[in-house]
Order: sequence, then C-alpha cells, then structure tokens
Amino acid sequence: MTHLRKILLTGLAAGLAITGIAAPAQAQRDPAYAAARANGSIGEQRDGYLGVVVAETAELRRLVNDINIRRRAVYAERAQSANATLDEYAFTAGCAAIMRTVAGEMYQAPDGSWQTRTASAPLRDPRCPPTG
Amino acid sequence: MMLKLTELAGSAKSARMNEKRILRQMLSGVGIGVLGVGTLGGCVNVAAPDEPIVIELNINIRQDVVFALADDAADTVEDNADIF
Repeated sequence: MTHLRKILLTGLAAGLAITGIAAPAQAQRDPAYAAARANGSIGEQRDGYLGVVVAETAELRRLVNDINIRRRAVYAERAQSANATLDEYAFTAGCAAIMRTVAGEMYQAPDGSWQTRTASAPLRDPRCPPTG
Repeated sequence: MMLKLTELAGSAKSARMNEKRILRQMLSGVGIGVLGVGTLGGCVNVAAPDEPIVIELNINIRQDVVFALADDAADTVEDNADIF
C-alpha cells in the first residue's frame, strides 16, 4: 500500500517536472492568431511580417500589428548579434516563415500577390535559401 | 505754336524709333522661333510604359547575406513558434 503510494507520488512529481520544463519551450500560437492563419484572412508577407489578406477589419489589423511588433523586436535583437540589418534578417526569416506555411494558409509570392499554400513548394524570392 | 510743332515732330520721331524697336524685337522673336524649331530635332520623346513600374523594396538585400543568415533565421522562427 505504501509502496503503491510512493510510486504514484513519484509519478506525479515526475509529471509535474516534465510539464514544468516543457511549458516555456512549447509556446503556442494565440487561438485568434491560429484561427486567422488557418482561414486565410492573414498571411506571410515576403518581408518577414504578417499581412491582412482579406478586407481589413480593426481586429485583424490589431492582431497582425501585435505579432509584427513582437517579430520586429526578435529580428532586431538577432540581426544585431548576426551583424546584419533588420531588413536583411526579417527577409531571411520571411523565407523560412513562408516555407513553414501549411496547405490552406496564405503567403505572398515574389510578385506581391497572395497565394494559397498547396502541397507543393511555395513560390519564393530567388534569394531565399533552398532549405530555410 | 512752334513748340507744339517740335513736340509733334519729336513724337513722330519717337514713334518711328518705337517701330524700329518693335520690328527688331519681332525679328529676334522669329530668330528664337527658328532656333526652337532647329532644336526640336534633338528632342527625346518619353512615353509612359504600358506596364506598371514595380519598385523592388528589397533591392538592398543580397543573396549571399541571406544565405549566411539562413540557419540563424530558421532557428529564430522555430524558437518563437508563438509569433510565427
């Protein structure tokens, strides 16, 4: 009986430890952001930022602005340590972000048009690296 | 009376001078006109293109720089999954 309780308690402690460690690394998209991406009302631009694809609403603009400000902060920090300009870093991250879109999501082609991501590779700027 | 006559003569003289001046001005005007026609042959006609002019915003971003940043940027996107 005490043995079983010990096992259960150890298991519980281990579970808590795992979730405790995993939480910061598994930062998920905000549900509103995830939904807007999935339904194609917002998409990945060529420049590494999000854009509103459909008729703009105040809510979509606020959502996109909020994430773009946070992206910009990350780009600025990383660009500085990589000795690159903000635009260079943002553009390169944009190549990766477009590559990571899944079927049904929207992205901007090199000509500026919005495209729906399909199973095939997205249309990207020729300067984008082949993998990222 | 005498004074008036000389005045008239004077005004006639000045009228003639004015005529000369106007004629000279007209001639020089024609000259400028001819010169203008002459230079017309060298005019370059600029026509607006049918296609819209697309300004490349990322003209300063070079491919070698993008390639050098590729791994770093890909990691950044992966590590910040909440905003990508």
